[in-house]
Amino acid sequence: MHIKKTWLVAVAAGLMTTMTHGALASSEGPHLASAGNDIFSQASLQRGARNFVGYCLGCHSAKYVRWNRVAADLGIPEADLKSIQFTGQRPFDTMVSGMPPEAAKRWFGNAPPDMSLLARARGTDYIYSYLMSFYADDSRPHGVNNLVLPGTAMPHVLAGLQGLQQPVYATHTGEDGKPQSVVEKLEAGDAGQLAPEQYASFVRDTVNFIEYIGEPVQAKRRTLGVWVVLFLLVFTAFAYLLKQEYWKDVK
Amino acid sequence: MASTESHNASKPQGGLNGWINARFPLDKMLREHITEYYAPKNFNFWYYFGSLALFVLILQLVTGIFLTMNYKPSATEAFGAVEYIMRDVEWGWLIRYLHSTGASAFFIVIYLHMFRALLYGSYKAPRELLWLLGMAIYLALMAEAFMGYLLPWGNMSFWGAQVIVSLFGTIPVIGDGLVEWIRGDYYISDITLNRFFALHVVALPLVLVFLVAAHVLALHEVGSNNPDGVEIKKTKGADGKPLDGIPFHPYYTVKDLFGLGVFLTIFCGIVFFKPDGWGMFLEAPNFEPANPMQTPPHIAPVWYFTPFYAILRAVPSFLGTQIWGVIAMFGAIVLLALLPWLDRSPVKSMRYRGWVPKLALAVFAVTFVMLGYLGLKPATGIFPLLARVFTVLYFAYFLLMPWWSRMGATKPVPERVTYDAH
Amino acid sequence: MSEQVDLGRRKLLTAATAATGAIGAGLAVSPFLASWKPSARAKALGAPVEIDISKLEAGAMIKVEWRGKPVWVVRRTPEMLGGLSQHDALLLDPGSDGSKQPAFAKNAARAVKPEYFVVLGVCTHLGCSPMSKFTVGEVEAGWPGGFYCPCHGSKFDLAGRVFKGVPAPSNLEVPPYAFVGEGKIIVGTEGAQAA
Ligand code: HEC
Ligand code: HEM
Repeated sequence: MHIKKTWLVAVAAGLMTTMTHGALASSEGPHLASAGNDIFSQASLQRGARNFVGYCLGCHSAKYVRWNRVAADLGIPEADLKSIQFTGQRPFDTMVSGMPPEAAKRWFGNAPPDMSLLARARGTDYIYSYLMSFYADDSRPHGVNNLVLPGTAMPHVLAGLQGLQQPVYATHTGEDGKPQSVVEKLEAGDAGQLAPEQYASFVRDTVNFIEYIGEPVQAKRRTLGVWVVLFLLVFTAFAYLLKQEYWKDVK
Repeated sequence: MASTESHNASKPQGGLNGWINARFPLDKMLREHITEYYAPKNFNFWYYFGSLALFVLILQLVTGIFLTMNYKPSATEAFGAVEYIMRDVEWGWLIRYLHSTGASAFFIVIYLHMFRALLYGSYKAPRELLWLLGMAIYLALMAEAFMGYLLPWGNMSFWGAQVIVSLFGTIPVIGDGLVEWIRGDYYISDITLNRFFALHVVALPLVLVFLVAAHVLALHEVGSNNPDGVEIKKTKGADGKPLDGIPFHPYYTVKDLFGLGVFLTIFCGIVFFKPDGWGMFLEAPNFEPANPMQTPPHIAPVWYFTPFYAILRAVPSFLGTQIWGVIAMFGAIVLLALLPWLDRSPVKSMRYRGWVPKLALAVFAVTFVMLGYLGLKPATGIFPLLARVFTVLYFAYFLLMPWWSRMGATKPVPERVTYDAH
Repeated sequence: MSEQVDLGRRKLLTAATAATGAIGAGLAVSPFLASWKPSARAKALGAPVEIDISKLEAGAMIKVEWRGKPVWVVRRTPEMLGGLSQHDALLLDPGSDGSKQPAFAKNAARAVKPEYFVVLGVCTHLGCSPMSKFTVGEVEAGWPGGFYCPCHGSKFDLAGRVFKGVPAPSNLEVPPYAFVGEGKIIVGTEGAQAA
């Protein structure tokens, strides 16, 4: 009876927090699409690795990631590494882009961020949505803009695959009462090499790889975790029985 | 090898044990603190957290020492060193996650441990000093966690330290000089990182271990309280042992072992499946290196500091200074330390108190959790108003305690603890 | 008193809990011990190194660092090689039976190609780096040419074999190495694939 009351306090506190959280939760920033990638799919990770090396590594480094670690984790024979590495790189080197960051900054206005931890810093949905939301905008230096990161300095390097999406503008009244032109949605423009679903899965694989390099051990960690928790449950069960046994003495 | 000249006539011992005990009070200490330390038999759920806190302290010490073996306290190398631990050092990821999750687990355990004291009046006489030692541990722990949080040198580390250190700048006259002295520079720099490292890995752990030892000694001197708030030492049997007491070993060792099992299962569940604690234990902006040019969009301290951070933000500045928020924040902690003297109830345990104190405690628990929640949220919309309401409630709980703690009829406290054997 | 204490059950459960706990503790300790092994970066830095020997003249030696240790490559002259068979009686381990080297180097010249001698420049006594004393008679009368350790006076011949009566217990260690392409040696692996 007594114990129940103290529990009541705890539950009330918890409940109140959850309720307010639901009521007050505010949505900020652009709406993000779900990446839906699967970190346990080696096939997807391998494709993602190829995409990343082919399309991103030219500008973005992943300076904490070793090539041979990637090869070992994704089941790529180390001999095959050579064909995708830059010349002069050794298997145990890290994935450093050929472009010096200072030069990139001069070139684009903003240095391309290192990719090692970008998935952990921004989230996979963010990167996925970012790569899906480039659109034609002649006012920008590279002729493209982005819904997720307006005014982005990155060119649409995947335009050849996706094609160039065209914005559909709508006019809204802004907070200051003046009409504003905002992008309402994106429409397919010139077709790219890939069909829309193909492009989506290309991006999904790439994002999958970027999530993997964010924490290369994550798949192993989760697999191991199952065993650790099972083991601890066994230990706890023994400890419980032992405790019950000794406490028979206590009257 | 029996020592003939042993003065311990009652138990002359031979062998290694005897040799040691003639020179060091090993058996005596084991007896006093473990096998013949009599604890009330009616401990419940809330009494697991003391031993768990001890376990987590050891966990932090061990994982911390192993992190230190690969960490580099320098502004240019720290961020990379943590990634080196996460990727290149064998099992480094596990050691790091144990430590970072351990920090949050420490506070969860400590907060539950402290709440227990509020429930059963454990801070009341004769346990005031025990409570004060606990508060000292809590303060040292906050300092330890704050300095540790700078070490990975992520962007949240940097700006968190920036904000908290700037608090000292609100102190009139000496403020600015004090802030410079703490940082050792004009901003949070390599120099600051280096001194925080020294405090985090050497000085504060020493202080913590010392305080914990004192805390346990003080506990064993006065004896444990219990959910009934009955002093078991008052009713002793013919053998001089408390009738409601049972030896700590084996009864509470096996019970705490079970508690440890449950704790470890949950803890490892988080370490292996959600090591970032849903973005609360390791925060997303901290995966970007410290950048003095760019504050993260939402800057809030780690969750265990947010109740006090919410109070800090809730207090407006007036008379041209912001010091009031800082005073309120530190005052909120000081008030906790004053509990033994604010509580005027003749009864310890909530079980035998009237409805007013029960309600007050319930409101306080909700207040604390809500302040913690609000401290995580941006100060926009309805949040600042809520934070003010709960700040007032927080202070009302303590400042009005001398009155409300005596309100409502108490129930008679039994002579003996309540316990039904199963 | 009601029930009897079942001591058997108590013992069994104590043993079961203690055993599970001990296994768990053992498993928990191993990652900490394993974290002391060379890390991926240490392995990367300790990866095989390539040595260009195309410009090495006969009778000369080059030193290269591999895993923080000096590796020597000596291009032995026919005279140097000829001298190797003259002093077997003075050697502690002429057949290299108690010494460390890849299988291919367990011969009198301690090399794949006798002309090129590749060896770790680390004294097998206490780890000093011996000096090259290639000239006959340079160290003492009758000195056939070889290596001399300044720390405790250990002496080795031009195949790194230790002389009797000095502190060093075995011949200098020959690291794994392989010839790759023209005029190149790779130290740290016996296969040429990791070039
Ligand atoms: C031509 C060089 C270049 C290539 C190739 C490139 N990027 Fe970028 N990327 C940039 C630049 C420059 C920025 C900085 C954008 C900014 O800050 O506005 C950037 C930024 C980003 C961002 C971060 C956006 C943010 O919120 O800061 C992501 C995610 C990204 N790139 C993904 C990719 C992926 C995935 C690929 C490969 C498919 C890729 N990039 C290929 C130049 C490039
Ligand atoms: C006593 C309780 C302790 C607490 C509450 C604590 C807390 C923390 C926190 C919050 C971090 C940042 C976590 C992260 O982002 O990964 C950290 C990092 C660190 N701590 Fe501790 N710590 C404690 C004890 C120790 C001890 C005793 C040592 C060393 C002897 C130590 C060494 C380190 C090191 C080297 C880091 C940086 C590496 C890292 O960030 O992962 N800690 N600590």
